[in-house]
Amino acid sequence: MKIGVFVCHCGSNIAGTVDVVKVAEAAKAMPEVAFASDTMYACSEPGQEGIVRAIKEKGLDGAVVASCTPRMHGPTFMRTVARAGLNPYMFEMANIREHVSWIGKDKGANTRKAIDLVRMAVAKLAQNKPLYPKSFAINKRVMVIGGGVAGIQAALDCADGGLEVVLVEKTTSIGGKMAKLDKTFPTVDCSSCILGPKMVDVAQHPNITLYANAEVDDVFGYVGNYQVEIRRKATYVDWKNCTGCGACMEKCPSKKSPDPFNENVGKTTAINIPFPQAIPKKAAIDRASCIRFKTGKCGVCAKVCPTKCIDYEQQDVMVTEEVGAIITATGYDLMDWTVYGEYGAGRYPDVITSLQYERILSASGPTGGHIKRPSDGKEPKTVAFIQCVGSRDKSVGRPYCSGFCCMYTAKQAILTKDHIPDSQSYVFYMDIRAPGKMYDEFTRRTMEEYGAQYIRGRVSMVYPKGDKMIVRGADTLAGTQVEVEADLVVLAVGAEGAAGSAQLAEKLRISYDSYGFFMEGHPKLKPVETNTAGVYLAGCAQGPKDIPSSVAQGSAAAAKVLGLFSKDQLQSDPQVAKVDLKRCVGCMKCAMTCPFGAIKELEQRGEMKVQVIETVCQGCGLCTSTCRQGAIQLQHFTDNQILAEINVLLENQLEEA
Amino acid sequence: MDKELRIVGFLCNWCSYGGADTAGVGRFIQPTDLRIIRLPCSGRIDPLFVLKTLIGGADGVLVSGCHPRDCHYSEGNYYARRRLEVLKRFLPVIGIDQGRFEYTWVSASEGQRWQHVVTTFTNQIHALGPIQRIGKDAQARACAFGRTLEVDIPA
Repeated sequence: MKIGVFVCHCGSNIAGTVDVVKVAEAAKAMPEVAFASDTMYACSEPGQEGIVRAIKEKGLDGAVVASCTPRMHGPTFMRTVARAGLNPYMFEMANIREHVSWIGKDKGANTRKAIDLVRMAVAKLAQNKPLYPKSFAINKRVMVIGGGVAGIQAALDCADGGLEVVLVEKTTSIGGKMAKLDKTFPTVDCSSCILGPKMVDVAQHPNITLYANAEVDDVFGYVGNYQVEIRRKATYVDWKNCTGCGACMEKCPSKKSPDPFNENVGKTTAINIPFPQAIPKKAAIDRASCIRFKTGKCGVCAKVCPTKCIDYEQQDVMVTEEVGAIITATGYDLMDWTVYGEYGAGRYPDVITSLQYERILSASGPTGGHIKRPSDGKEPKTVAFIQCVGSRDKSVGRPYCSGFCCMYTAKQAILTKDHIPDSQSYVFYMDIRAPGKMYDEFTRRTMEEYGAQYIRGRVSMVYPKGDKMIVRGADTLAGTQVEVEADLVVLAVGAEGAAGSAQLAEKLRISYDSYGFFMEGHPKLKPVETNTAGVYLAGCAQGPKDIPSSVAQGSAAAAKVLGLFSKDQLQSDPQVAKVDLKRCVGCMKCAMTCPFGAIKELEQRGEMKVQVIETVCQGCGLCTSTCRQGAIQLQHFTDNQILAEINVLLENQLEEA
Repeated sequence: MDKELRIVGFLCNWCSYGGADTAGVGRFIQPTDLRIIRLPCSGRIDPLFVLKTLIGGADGVLVSGCHPRDCHYSEGNYYARRRLEVLKRFLPVIGIDQGRFEYTWVSASEGQRWQHVVTTFTNQIHALGPIQRIGKDAQARACAFGRTLEVDIPA
């Protein structure tokens, strides 16, 4: 075999700490290497042209590129090799940037390591075989998990693009966090006025099937052919017949149930419709508060319901939906601020979260839009806002900036002044981060036109004195201690991944970080993809985002799905398992370990053998390391290829010693 | 640090190889002894690869995959965990120090954790020192033995 080796400088990224010329020289001496050179940027157009030219001129059978990680440019160079007329699988990459030049400063050691990695890649490539993809049909339906604004946007864009959409929302109404907001920054738009129509569009769109009060139980399959099991949780109300008239809510005697939609600042009834604009507008019973479920006596709702749709015996129902792609838009939760003992840790009723304040401000909230503090219902004249509660704070394990808290605090300060013209707001902040369009102007207006007092410094303590809350902190610009006597304290709480996001990520086989946010395919160039083909991200599930970014990402995810579905057939990755029927003894161990059911029985001349369904095989290689006969081999990662890498590394050491 | 030793890492493509990439992008400085072999899944690792590497003269072997429950292929790392744990207990039987082999779980977002894993493992191998040399002839025989493990690839 005639192999070409191309060692990339990557500007100074690699050449700065690796002697690339020496690596190329060493490569020339390796067996089966017919050509080796160094190149400034292998991935650039001249770099790729150089590879194509060398392959054609020298008649090479395969190429090794020593540059960055194959997770970044593997596919790029496979296309390059294909352009030169070779099979794209006659290519290997040596990762001498992420794994060498960027993590070590010793040029000698780095160069030796880079030579080793090239040697291993060459040894593996010498065993490579051309591989050819198979085609399979795709199911052009898409599932969106999460009915917040990002999920709604993604669902509507997909549906408008002609796709059938299944939208799964875990609460009883779509709308997410945005539905809870009174106004939005920096326009001070009414949130439900702009979200409401979109929610109605979801309900009325002929292409969208909405499962509210439902959760994803399990996910099987692969890109183009996913089966998702959905648990439709019992609402104890037959939604087919419920008209959302609200008669049950009026008569329900259990009027002190916690109200999650109002962030528990108000109370609701045990059977309720979460808010007037809810989609679907259907009632559901909160089992924990319902007198009927607690004592067996009551049943008022069943008596008053005009359509007789109350069903206390209702059970969860499992539904299986088949889709070709999945968009996850599961959003965020506020970080549990009660870890901040010094701020009252939930002990003081007049220390509330930003989202609770939003409900108090809202005309559809528990106070009808009149600002009343929770303790005694009085109108606060002095409101203190504390920023960065659960963001940019290593001490509580939340080192990241949540990004939107500066802006919603400014908005809430403006709204406070609008509601109570003789009020005064104080904002304790670390930095003001307002990088969006019209954002900085907005925070300046809060200070200059609305007279909010911005104090740069952390708050050390919040404690009650009479009917006031004393907020004690530092003013680091003035270099003094400050104390504010406030009637109400609002904590600008940062965001973390929604509860249960880690479990969902495990079902979807995508990565997540320690804060519960899903990991994108590439932080810059694949912001809505994941490492699992056919699974996309939108909104705060990927990281904290404001509404414009969430909507933009929802549309981006939809565009990716529409792009994926623009083909009728997808090509499967040919790095799949292959059976040597002569060696196979039909023990079926491989079939038992295969997570995808990609191996089936095959009868050949009366003997039991196995067969790989190539379009189902995902190329994990579990079967290969299970097979005692060595009969089933994962192509491109065969035993021989891996052993070749090991051998060449250890043999080289023999020479050195 | 003293003279480099030969450490081989078997990493799954989705989590740990990505974690090593993340560590690189973050410029988290690490010892240079480790050479990484990329595999699709930790479940692809035949324990014989590890044995062959150690018998063949490597001073240490590190295996790393996705955290349990977080496998790109659903359950590959469960198979890996079972096989590798058995292997680890077996090593003293053939006279290899258990400390020369570790298996860990590092996700693609855990660059810093990867730096810690590599540094700790490399220090551990340096503390154990180079693996007992069994002479060039015997080592060559060991390599030859390794090749006997190779199989014909189906055409």
